[in-house]
Amino acid sequence: MKERLIVIGNGMAGMRTVEEILKLDTEAYDITVFGAEPHGNYNRIMLSPVLAGDKTIDEIMINDEQWYVDNNITLHKGKTVVDINRKARKVIIDDGSEYEYDRLLIATGSTPFIIPLPGHDLEGVIAFRDIHDVDMMIEAAKNHKHAVVIGGGLLGLEAANGLMQQGMKVTVLHLVDTLMERQMDSVAGKMLRKSLEERGMEILMPASTKEIIGTDRVEKVVLEDGREIEANIVVMAVGIRPNIELAAKVGIHCERGIVVNDTMQTFDPRVYSVGECVQHRGETYGLVAPLFEMAKVCANHLAQHGIALYEGSVTSTKLKVTGIDLFSAGDFTGDENTEELVFQDASRGVYRKLVIEDNKVKGAVMYGDTIDGSWYFDLMREETDIGDFREKILFGQAHLGDSGHGDENRIEMMSDSTEICGCNGISKGDIVNSININKLLTLDEVRAHTKASSSCGSCTGLVESILAHTVGGDYSVAPHLKPMCGCTEHTHDEARKAIKDHELKSVRAALDFLEWNTPDGCGKCRPALNYYVMCQYPDAESDDSQSRFINERAHANIQKDATYSVIPRMWGGGTTPTELRAIADAADKYKIKTVHVTGGQRIGLYGLTKQELPEIWDDLNKAGLVSGHAYGKALRTVKTCVGKEWCRFGTQDSTQLGVDLEKMTWGSWTPHKYKMAASGCPRNCAEATIKDFGVVCVDSGYELHVGGNGGIKVRVTDLLTTVKTSEEVLEYGAAFMQIYREEAHYLERTAPWIERVGLAYVKEHIVDDDDNRKALAERFHFSQSFAQDDPWEARAKGAEKHEFEAMKNINA
Amino acid sequence: MSEEWVEVGSLSDIPKLGARVVNAPDGDIAVFRTASDDVFALRDECPHKKGPLSQGIVHGDRVSCPLHDWKIMLDSGNAVAPDEGCAASYPIKMDGETIFLSLTPNEGCPNKG
Ligand code: SRM
Ligand SMILES: Cc1cc2nc3c(=O)[nH]c(=O)nc-3n(C[C@H](O)[C@H](O)[C@H](O)COP(=O)(O)OP(=O)(O)OC[C@H]3O[C@@H](n4cnc5c(N)ncnc54)[C@H](O)[C@@H]3O)c2cc1C
Ligand code: SF4
Ligand code: FES
Repeated sequence: MKERLIVIGNGMAGMRTVEEILKLDTEAYDITVFGAEPHGNYNRIMLSPVLAGDKTIDEIMINDEQWYVDNNITLHKGKTVVDINRKARKVIIDDGSEYEYDRLLIATGSTPFIIPLPGHDLEGVIAFRDIHDVDMMIEAAKNHKHAVVIGGGLLGLEAANGLMQQGMKVTVLHLVDTLMERQMDSVAGKMLRKSLEERGMEILMPASTKEIIGTDRVEKVVLEDGREIEANIVVMAVGIRPNIELAAKVGIHCERGIVVNDTMQTFDPRVYSVGECVQHRGETYGLVAPLFEMAKVCANHLAQHGIALYEGSVTSTKLKVTGIDLFSAGDFTGDENTEELVFQDASRGVYRKLVIEDNKVKGAVMYGDTIDGSWYFDLMREETDIGDFREKILFGQAHLGDSGHGDENRIEMMSDSTEICGCNGISKGDIVNSININKLLTLDEVRAHTKASSSCGSCTGLVESILAHTVGGDYSVAPHLKPMCGCTEHTHDEARKAIKDHELKSVRAALDFLEWNTPDGCGKCRPALNYYVMCQYPDAESDDSQSRFINERAHANIQKDATYSVIPRMWGGGTTPTELRAIADAADKYKIKTVHVTGGQRIGLYGLTKQELPEIWDDLNKAGLVSGHAYGKALRTVKTCVGKEWCRFGTQDSTQLGVDLEKMTWGSWTPHKYKMAASGCPRNCAEATIKDFGVVCVDSGYELHVGGNGGIKVRVTDLLTTVKTSEEVLEYGAAFMQIYREEAHYLERTAPWIERVGLAYVKEHIVDDDDNRKALAERFHFSQSFAQDDPWEARAKGAEKHEFEAMKNINA
Repeated sequence: MSEEWVEVGSLSDIPKLGARVVNAPDGDIAVFRTASDDVFALRDECPHKKGPLSQGIVHGDRVSCPLHDWKIMLDSGNAVAPDEGCAASYPIKMDGETIFLSLTPNEGCPNKG
């Protein structure tokens, strides 16, 4: 007869142990599982996305009931084990029945801590631990408005975010003055607070709760300082306690948790224990990664292999709130023996701090861009000496070489042992092997085969990159699923599609139709929507200037002292004595302090007041100078070299070609700024290979290059194709600009866009498909027929007067 | 304190979700109009680095400063947390469509000019 294994607790650690046993030996045991919850085995971590409405309960089931049947496991769900008779080796169930075991596995998890405040037992006061709690919260949100969450840690913030997504007004009360203080330092904590408040969350801290008041149901929460907060539901998320009640009762040695050795055995050698209920080498854990490691070791011993040891875990944390990226690991506060390396870019909302001791990473906190989290975590666990690259370490792994690599490189450089999925302990090598052996092509397949990215999902992007890198062109990267901003759940692509499908011809129509969470969006989403509407309906006079950033509203670039700059167009970088004279005259007349030759082959005048703008434009217009759109998400410049006309190496008339390109494209609005160049030969004096669209003339014709970028992260162009005539250059130029206009996200330059969709995609639509290219070019020209009006001329003649004049001058 | 009301123009002078500037003896004042036609006046100087708030994007009950994107509450002039600071706010009185502005700022913000 097979030995009998009984598992108490149908949760994540218990069932992972069973899965691991089955992997090693399907015949080892007759397995019986008791679970107090009335469900199969589900992914508890994903309760947060369920509450936020991003996932359904069905989607988070790890093993449904059929799985138990298929694996000959007897599941007793909704049954609590109330006693254990260790002598007779029996467990006793709440309905009085008894079952015998040869081995017992206790995986009872933990229980949420409820502060015994006056009123804690009122209806509507709950924890956040299981499906039942989530059901109660979703139900409460249907009938009530106000929620209070006590506790600003990971769980509390995920609960608060979810309740907000359910439409409730949420106040978070936190005892100390930094959110998630166990994972974040105060800078990252502040950034987190800011993002959450921008979404409409109210956060009070330090705030200590005195009592909860209500007759049957909660009505309000009272703080020690007397403040009162209306509440129809109160979620307590102040911590968890290992659930040792049953074990302690039957005399199994417990301290804070059930004490186990390195083979996950308790003091009773027939009884094993794994999960949050366990205390190992003095530590208890509240995250799945260590529990899964325990499960592996425990299964190894239960299956009689007897070789694995559990030696404790180093853990890292991420917050699962869509649109907020944070990462923390190890000791992030440091002491007198450590140094700190800090990188902060407030405008992009990015912060990184590394704590270093003896050239080794001890801890990390990251906010905003967490891609390198797994690398730092790796360096930390492997205690790598970072001496050779410490000046560059903050910029991330991709910057270890020279400057500017893409994701591809980052994947290439990772060692096979780099951990990708922290929850399941899956390394890059595991994933690559599985992809190759099993011929995997989709993310779901990788999840199914390796478990990578199947728990909390925060490594999904990395797993996708590895997949893309390993299988190459066969794989098309899944779209970014980030919402546009805190005002909505919709992604850029969704908003764009709705604007197209439902003929939303104004920003207001889009906000209403897509049920924005804020009354009129914010400075991030409104300009994006305005662009999408304009791009889709160029003929509908849909442009909303109040949804434009000041530079595009005033057609000049605002400076740090609230003055503006004026940069007129110089077609293809060429100019004339008349134009130069007009610029010199204007510089005199308006007492211009700085006249600067820009990086875009033209001249900038600095320090004008807003009132002066229409006047100087009028003066410049008279010499034929028009707006250079140096202020816009628009066509900027077309740089050229002197080419065949003068240069001894020139192969074609690159100067004229540049002028033609600029005449064709000026005035067009684009997702981000758009720059072009034409060089007369491969010496490439116009730097065409770092432009959004660059032409390099050769003897036989023209090489067309796309997706280049100078600036923050240099990216060299990809070669799109080579054509024979300048007419073709113009056709390809128009088509490429149009596909970028129609498909890129707002504020995404061609370089990241191409990395996202792949060069193959662009070639397929522009080079391989003649009809499509011509159709794109045609749509571009149609749009241009409305866009090519000099905005300066109109304003010099009095349009939009209110933008440039004071409403009233009381000084006069 | 005696309030002195100055007529500065009419509601239609300001675009919805926009702002106009009133040049005043102690410095410019920005007058904002929200989507629901509420009108607010703030000193035209961001508490961060004096960005001209009148040039920002107005949304809900806030304006985003054009220079570094701080959010300022239109009614109180307070910066939205975690940023800290305020721009002085000025009383507004409407008579039908006509806007009256008081040049005596509301109490509570030292940033008067
Ligand atoms: C005026 C000029 C500097 C100069 O005096 O030479 C300039 C000035 C500014 N650049 Fe630039 N850039 C200027 C050429 C460039 C170039 C060189 C070029 O175009 O060949 C680059 C690198 C090439 C590229 O874009 O790929 C460049 C890369 C940037 C970037 C980084 C873009 C990126 O994708 O990484 C920014 C930031 C941004 O756009 O978000 C930026 C942003 C800015 C802003 C608009 C910052 C701002 O928002 O206030 C600066 C405005 C100052 C002003 O009021 O004029 N500027 N900027 C140049 C104007 C060229 C023109 O005639 O229109
Ligand atoms: C909302 C939420 C979000 C989370 N997010 C993350 C995250 O992002 N990353 C991360 O790593 N971790 C996260 N966690 C923590 C993670 O879910 C837990 O660490 C993990 O589920 C613990 O597994 P376990 O098996 O030890 O306990 P559990 O999964 O709680 O399983 C224990 C089970 O035992 C049952 N049980 C208890 N006593 C008995 C008894 N006497 N008889 C029968 N059954 C019994 C319980 O009902 C329960 O179903 C999150 C937790 C929550 C609640
Ligand atoms: S590099 Fe560009 S953005 Fe930076 S200071 Fe110079 S002009 Fe401004
Ligand atoms: S000046 Fe307003 S945000 Fe910096």
